[in-house]
Amino acid sequence: MNIILPLAIIAGVLLFLTVMSAGLIWLERRLLALWQDRYGPNRVGPFGLLQVIADMIKILSKEDWIPPFADKTVFVIAPAIIMISAFMSFAIVPFAPGIVIADINIGVLFFLAMSSLGVYSVVLAGWASASKYSLLGGMRAAAQMVSYEVFMGLSLMGVVALTGSFSIGEIVEAQRHLWFIVPQFAGFLIFFMAGVAETHRLPFDLPESENELVAGFHTEYSGMKFGMFFVGEYVGITLISALITTLFFGGWLGPWLPPVVWFLIKTFIFICLFILLRASFPRPRYDQLMFLAWKIMLPLSLLNIVITGAIVLATSK
Amino acid sequence: MNGPDVIMELRSRFGDHDLTPQTTQDGLPTIWVPKEKVHGVLRYLNCEAIRPYRTLYDLTAIDERVREHRQDQPDSDFTAVYHLLSYERNEDIRIKVALKGEYPSIPTATDIWPSADWYEREVWDMFGIKVEGHPNLRRILMPPLWKGHPLRKEHPARRTEMGTFHLPVKKDEAEEQALKFRPEDWGMTGLRDGVEMMYLNLGPHHAGTHGILRIILVLDGEEIADAVLDIGFHHRGAEKMGERQSWHTFIPYTDRIDYMSGVLNNFPYVLAVEKLAGIEVPDRAKVIRVMMSELFRIISHLVYYGTFAQDIGQLSPVFFTFSDRERAFDIVQAVCGGRMHPSWFRIGGVAQDLPNGWDSIMRDFLRYLPARLDEYDKIVMQNAIIKARTKDVGVITLDKAIEWGVTGPNLRACGFEWDFRKKRPYSGYEQFEFDIPTGTRGDCYDRVAVRVEEMRQSMRIIEQCIENMPAGPYKSDHRLATPPLKDNHTMYDIETLITHFLNVSWGPVVPPGEAAFGVEGAKGNNTYYLVSDGNTTSYRTRIRTPSFAHLQTVPMMTRGLEIADLIAIIASIDFVLGDVDR
Repeated sequence: MNIILPLAIIAGVLLFLTVMSAGLIWLERRLLALWQDRYGPNRVGPFGLLQVIADMIKILSKEDWIPPFADKTVFVIAPAIIMISAFMSFAIVPFAPGIVIADINIGVLFFLAMSSLGVYSVVLAGWASASKYSLLGGMRAAAQMVSYEVFMGLSLMGVVALTGSFSIGEIVEAQRHLWFIVPQFAGFLIFFMAGVAETHRLPFDLPESENELVAGFHTEYSGMKFGMFFVGEYVGITLISALITTLFFGGWLGPWLPPVVWFLIKTFIFICLFILLRASFPRPRYDQLMFLAWKIMLPLSLLNIVITGAIVLATSK
Repeated sequence: MNGPDVIMELRSRFGDHDLTPQTTQDGLPTIWVPKEKVHGVLRYLNCEAIRPYRTLYDLTAIDERVREHRQDQPDSDFTAVYHLLSYERNEDIRIKVALKGEYPSIPTATDIWPSADWYEREVWDMFGIKVEGHPNLRRILMPPLWKGHPLRKEHPARRTEMGTFHLPVKKDEAEEQALKFRPEDWGMTGLRDGVEMMYLNLGPHHAGTHGILRIILVLDGEEIADAVLDIGFHHRGAEKMGERQSWHTFIPYTDRIDYMSGVLNNFPYVLAVEKLAGIEVPDRAKVIRVMMSELFRIISHLVYYGTFAQDIGQLSPVFFTFSDRERAFDIVQAVCGGRMHPSWFRIGGVAQDLPNGWDSIMRDFLRYLPARLDEYDKIVMQNAIIKARTKDVGVITLDKAIEWGVTGPNLRACGFEWDFRKKRPYSGYEQFEFDIPTGTRGDCYDRVAVRVEEMRQSMRIIEQCIENMPAGPYKSDHRLATPPLKDNHTMYDIETLITHFLNVSWGPVVPPGEAAFGVEGAKGNNTYYLVSDGNTTSYRTRIRTPSFAHLQTVPMMTRGLEIADLIAIIASIDFVLGDVDR
């Protein structure tokens, strides 16, 4: 058995994600600046690229401070959970044929399970900080992520039904003739919104909402523990973008270029879309967010399953 | 003149010999009322009078103990001054109460106007005048453990007069303890239906409060059951400084009251001084003042617009509006030399004439801004989430607004077309064509919409200023205009030289008297009430600011809403802490 190749892939994916999450900080700042009529970081290195290194040095060398009133063990574990669960999810993401850590036959379920674990991080961080702002942020996060998870799973069932498999590799192959964005447009929209909510990015950044809750669940965090939340968030963005690409936009499929390049290009476009969302949207209120989740998105995703199921049933005979 | 009517009315009702009228330089009906009768008089004016005075515009006091020029005024150690406003009459009345003794007292007016609450606490805090029957008489601007009452004449104005400052640990701890919120002080139990509520200390350092403001929230989940505002962290003693600085050198301090709107703060101050001194300002100076004021109105509203969107969670507009504001500041810089705080108005005119080419840079800006405002309409005002967050949130009815002393754009958002520039034109505003935008619902959305439209109207006014800028001097040749123009007043003989020298070095001596002047500021009505004792400094400078009154309405507006709504509300009422705490 060749053990070198899987290890190389794991190392490669980890490296990719680390570089990606650091690079995304720079990318986000530059893109936001571009859309907001300003420059962004452009001093350190070419195009300010070395800003990433400077940020890393800063965040790593900061005092690792735990507030005296915090629940220390949980306080330390919380940021690790989100980072680990986000990294773990990438195990099932196929970059190209053969370049995947684990092409398991329940890939979609594995991803959903991992993203559910991410909720613990935010809730525990909010709880362990023993600060009222963190608590409110944690409360919001718990409600928001649990609600949006429900139909995040449901929105993918259409894709699963069309493919007849939970394996992500097979889902990509099933899109050889037609990307799932066409038959599963509703599913895509719902998954995308749920994905934004899962990563709590604007317009669904209520757990953090700095104008109301200072920084929400990570108000009391600093240094590298805060950095881990950041890494978790950016890996989360990359993950959702990668999944949108694989589940709805044909993954690595594409003419002329090598498959992995197609995958990266498509993922990159969705990452930029995430940043554009942040540049343009205001934030809804908490009850409006819940209204959207339970009264609009949930019925829609159920309807999507029913219709897709009916079509699959009708065409399979 | 309607002025004496109300005085006659009051005297015939409450007795001739008790109520003494006083003539002031601003022509505002002023009457002295004995302390026993003041509550009845106030109640009569608010409730029973035909066309009542429904707004407590201002309430302050004067320490009269060392004042020399008090002709035909009743004997008094301290004087409480009520300034009432009647929209029906378009008229004000000033009611003065003579108080005797070192630490006198006045009856509370909180049962007539709930807005009297903060004003009476300020009177207690600043003068040590007790307010009988006030529900919670405690310091409002000064720290809770402060010794003395700053606006009393015996209180030092300078830090150096107060001796060496020590802060031993004990004192530090005591100060901190004193700031601690005790619900029972505010008549709160902390329980609702037997369930314990959460207290959330929002501020003094918080991203959503636009400065150092502390809000103590009583929360049931995320629902706000009650809110208590703690202000005073930005208090710089501007009114006390007014008693120390010369009439001329106080101008830069006014810039920093509402620090977003520069010369708009100079405006009511210099107009009040000119009333006292009897200076007639030349036409060119009037139009220049109007033009720069309207430019600063736009500047202030741009900041408001951007930060409002920011508080709803929209990140980008604040950068757009700030870069527009930079362009406006470039004009301010070209004209005045300064940017945010140019301190450019002078007693009797403005500091310099307009520079060459002022009209072309101004026109460039007027060509540039409308397209940007249209774009912001699309990204902010027409955004569905913004609408969902702000429509029918933080509603204040017109009646409540009038009762609480809400003025300016916030009052107009309730659907009431009232603007000092139209109703009581000053500095030639009657000659300009412009509309007064109003809202209908008095909610957060309308408050923004009114200000957005006001920017367009301000551009109209500026355009008319450019088209019709009169020729002539930029400053009056009155001998009290400061600094005096050289050509007429010096270098002729030794007498004029000495006058000029004294006016520049000591500053002008303004004849004794009292005058208040209110203008339509960017945030609401801003009034300076000046008392001169025939000296080079003011005897009493009272700054009535809109933000103070507006902020007081926040707890009323937020009860039953959520934290996110509170942030939307305080973003929409447009206050700055400099304007609240002075």
